[in-house]
Amino acid sequence: MAMKLHEYQAKQVFADAGIPTPASELASDVDGAVAAAEEIGYPVAIKAQVQVGGRGKAGGIKLVEDEDEAREAADEILGMDLKGYHVDRVLVEEAVDFTNELYVGITMDRGEGKPVAMVSTKGGVNIEEVAEEDPDAIAREHIDPAFGMHPYQARKAVYDAGVDQSIARDVSSVLTTLYQLWDDRDGSDAEINPLMVTSDDEVIAADAVMNIDEDALFRQPELAEMEEEAAGGDELEQKADEYDFDYVRLDGNVGIIGNGAGLVMTTLDLVDHYGGEPANFLDVGGGAKAERIANALDMVFSDDNVDSVVFNIFGGITRGDEVARGINEALEQFDEIPKPVVVRLAGTNWEEGMEILNEDLVTVEQTLEDAVQRAVEYAGEVNE
Amino acid sequence: MSVLVDDDTRVVVQGITGGEGKFHAQQMMEYGTNVVAGAVPGKGGQEVEGVPVYDTVHEAVEEENADTSVIFVPPAFAGDAVFESLDADLDLAVAITEGIPTQDMARVNKRLSETDTRLIGPNCPGLITPGEAKLGILPGNIFAEGNVGLVSRSGTLTYQVVDSLTNRGIGQTTAIGIGGDPIIGTDFVDALELFEDDPDTDAIVMCGEIGGEDEEEAAAFIDDYVDTPVAGFIAGRTAPPGKRMGHAGAIVSGSGTGTAESKINALNDAGVPVGDTPEEVADHIEEFLA
Repeated sequence: MAMKLHEYQAKQVFADAGIPTPASELASDVDGAVAAAEEIGYPVAIKAQVQVGGRGKAGGIKLVEDEDEAREAADEILGMDLKGYHVDRVLVEEAVDFTNELYVGITMDRGEGKPVAMVSTKGGVNIEEVAEEDPDAIAREHIDPAFGMHPYQARKAVYDAGVDQSIARDVSSVLTTLYQLWDDRDGSDAEINPLMVTSDDEVIAADAVMNIDEDALFRQPELAEMEEEAAGGDELEQKADEYDFDYVRLDGNVGIIGNGAGLVMTTLDLVDHYGGEPANFLDVGGGAKAERIANALDMVFSDDNVDSVVFNIFGGITRGDEVARGINEALEQFDEIPKPVVVRLAGTNWEEGMEILNEDLVTVEQTLEDAVQRAVEYAGEVNE
Repeated sequence: MSVLVDDDTRVVVQGITGGEGKFHAQQMMEYGTNVVAGAVPGKGGQEVEGVPVYDTVHEAVEEENADTSVIFVPPAFAGDAVFESLDADLDLAVAITEGIPTQDMARVNKRLSETDTRLIGPNCPGLITPGEAKLGILPGNIFAEGNVGLVSRSGTLTYQVVDSLTNRGIGQTTAIGIGGDPIIGTDFVDALELFEDDPDTDAIVMCGEIGGEDEEEAAAFIDDYVDTPVAGFIAGRTAPPGKRMGHAGAIVSGSGTGTAESKINALNDAGVPVGDTPEEVADHIEEFLA
């Protein structure tokens, strides 16, 4: 999974590496934003610091010319709800007078198993749309991870993209630095969109995306510190982080808990197949002990949308007796079970698990299909 | 017959002195796997469950003729452990470890292309030839000897499908968990090729999931080269775009690549029936073998 840095964090990382960025300052209240704008000098852009794409279109970025406009924009953006994310900070940034917008990015091409550098003269728009509608507008250069990016590769990508000769050198230099950062910092994606070109042929990173491979945070202590600040998401997703679950919230009302990503996904699909709607994806992972199992139930019960729960475990390294203990532990603390729970245990120690499991508290089914159908049925009854 | 592993396979367990390594080395031996050595830096000269431990994989090869490694090394050091097994010129390396940094795997992937060693995983349950040997963490008791080859990106989903098969009296030649990471050693195409060439494999199950384009590539390969009947399953039909479903590799990108629909269509176009449920996959296999 990737840890996403906020724009202001990514810009700091880019600026420290020598990539030109506009003057900017972070603010968390209106007065602070106005003071920052005065200091930087108008016009400035006021930009919501939340982890969602399309901030501009959603009203999260405003260009302002004077103090009144700055106050109005900051007041509007701070505290707004942007696609489900609360905005509590804005970046106040020098507005760059540009003549052209480029795109540069580095990502991992999983098909090739190699990093790829990308350059396009169609910057400033959603690059995934460009990739779909006009794939030739993006120049791509695969990089041998053992050697890193050779200087000629940066030049080649820039020339292949049709970048004007007057700025080709500077763009190559930005791309080279960006790869170095991506490589040194265990990036999964590093992206500048747009890379603005000014009337006097200077390039400047007007936006910055830096996503870090979470599996590599152990060797990126400086970035790991930024993680807390970067953490977002709703209350349930934060709770899942605390419990260290792979959790994704969905729109339905059948709560799903299981072990192993593929099997949990399959359980979601079966809920849908049998006419229900999954409320979440929750993978307890391999070898979960009783406490973790109890936490998983607590997690799913915390979602008000959930009307029934299907608990499907096929034990390999996860043991049925531990699962049963965890379920008992979680449910015995209630006078009344908040939501009906359907349990299916298979694999390692499932017989021991069935002996331990308090069947007064749950509905037991023998097969995955039966368990899912029962949970869908329960969820349906609640809504009648 | 089987692919990749049988009772002649000579296994060195990298990380055999750790909790997981020790437990699963024991489990593998109980199943009948020929575990000949362990390799853990600094632990040379010890014994685990009667198995001699060496400081390096190279020593395990020299002293015990190990030809295959199973890697239970923590993620920070697992990339290096794979490099070591590649350098020791093993036939097969199986990386169970979950959470290896992707950039480490990109470097491994590059080196892999220059050697003759085959890598399974990482982030996988391993592989098993029922009745002969297992390499990894799969629960041996749900498998049975037979004539169906199975390849899957997911561990527990493999167990679910195998259970459906075994309950119907359908056994397996070999089951291979290729792993849920974005960069893996052996992919679907490689595994399909092995099963196609195995005279004892009469039908193949392929369990894919959302993310990447490996299933689409596999479909094209099946269309061109595979005569053995294949039944498929794709997990993640209901996954929303942009949300990673547990596995690092299981994500539908914002631009819509990696969807279940695209994979199911590609497989259907190649003549591969895709089950809506794991039981339906077993139904298809039963029909193939009838």
